Amino acid sequence: MPTPPPETRKAWISVLAKSPPARLAALLPRLPQHDLLRAPETGAVMVRGRVGGSGEPFNLGEMTVTRCSVRLVEGAVGHAWVQGRDTGHAIRAAVADALLQTDAAPEISRQVLQPLREEAAAVARARAEKAAATKVEFFTLVRGEDQ
Amino acid sequence: MYVAVKGGERAIDNAHAWLAEERRGDCSVPELSVAQIREQMKLAVNRVMAEGSLYDPDLAALAIKQARGDLIEAVFLMRAYRTTLPRLAGSVAIETGSMAVVRRISATYKDLPGGQILGPTFDYTHRLLDFALAAEGDVPAAPTAPATPGPVPHVTGFLNREGLIEDTQRCDTTPPDLTREPMELPTVRPLRLQALTRGDEGFVLGLAYSTQRGYGRTHAFVGELRIGWVGVEVEIPELGFAVEIAEIELTECETVNQFKGSKTEPPQFTRGYGLVFGQSERKAISMSLVDRALRWRELGEDNSGAPAQDEEFVLMHCDNIQATGFLEHIKLPHYVDFQSELELVRRLRSEAIVLTEAAE
Repeated sequence: MPTPPPETRKAWISVLAKSPPARLAALLPRLPQHDLLRAPETGAVMVRGRVGGSGEPFNLGEMTVTRCSVRLVEGAVGHAWVQGRDTGHAIRAAVADALLQTDAAPEISRQVLQPLREEAAAVARARAEKAAATKVEFFTLVRGEDQ
Repeated sequence: MYVAVKGGERAIDNAHAWLAEERRGDCSVPELSVAQIREQMKLAVNRVMAEGSLYDPDLAALAIKQARGDLIEAVFLMRAYRTTLPRLAGSVAIETGSMAVVRRISATYKDLPGGQILGPTFDYTHRLLDFALAAEGDVPAAPTAPATPGPVPHVTGFLNREGLIEDTQRCDTTPPDLTREPMELPTVRPLRLQALTRGDEGFVLGLAYSTQRGYGRTHAFVGELRIGWVGVEVEIPELGFAVEIAEIELTECETVNQFKGSKTEPPQFTRGYGLVFGQSERKAISMSLVDRALRWRELGEDNSGAPAQDEEFVLMHCDNIQATGFLEHIKLPHYVDFQSELELVRRLRSEAIVLTEAAE
């Protein structure tokens, strides 16, 4: 089994982590048999900002995160860290990560990752387009003495 | 001697049952769902996340429902829940420069790269009650315009190029955490920012306002205020690399302040910084003003004795859970304390009366 380059795995784990849990469940309704290497565990990640946006780090506050690790029957190990407290989301994301390291990868990529990527892009685009509509276009009024 | 007293269980149980009934209100009115609060009371949810210091919109909405809309009580619930969570990691420091902005304005530059983007703001509304909202109905979709993807640079970056504004020192040290170590004075700026971002909005607003009115004046301009979504990257130990696992909404404010210069620094602009969970621009602006006021020592400015310059005063009183905990405890039984006061006053009075009578 070839090990995929970390960039690719980094990207797909991110897509799975940020997916709406209900949407991931709809796209990946049936999970193959798997063992829980680490049962889903909800905890906190301390989010850090930077002083002045670019300086030294400071602790901004925590966010809820759920992590989980699974092993498929054929041996592939999947990990997930997802935002929020949805244990089903974490298990599903971990199983998807494992599947993406098997021969099922092209199918999972097409049926799960691609729709999730497109939907996330659509949400971001809709937000950006609404923001763009509120961009101020300044114009200069003609003053009386100029006429 | 301490005498333990028991009792009141039945009264407490019944009080809680009545509280639950009052929370529900008139049963002929449909019940609020957590999702309704999350979506339609979003700014309250944001405030509870910011002051609860825990980003989780569903939990914050639940806390608001449970607290009957008492936001400080809701913050209390979030803080209590937070203590039950194991800390899995600290994130890689977020990059607000790559924020997907929904709002971005500058009060210092009219024409700036990326433009002035108003976003869903209350500014320019007339603050007249809209009775149309009393009736239920769908809202028309907001207009859209073609978006030009691309970074929206920080305004302070432009000033930086000319050397007109103080630079920040980028580093990746692990910052101090007031939720792990008790705060020790004097503090450092990262610790102050952590305290302020989770501080009570009203308290931080009041202090910021006091600086504008002359108590520790810092002549602040809002160099930039931005609201938007930022990715949160975390080093995953089992993978050995960092992954962006979430996107969170933040409000960031950078103020640009006058600075006369000091023995070591030429005259230049200085900066105050505010960064808050959710859409919380009043809080972010307030935070940046108070942050700047607290920097008097490091910038070699005078301490005018203003409350906003006194880090002990600011940092030890800005947390509304600490404040309300200590404040509200005085309504709980103090029978023994008061008994001793009562005896003391009775004895002093009787002594005073004896003295008065003797004088007569």
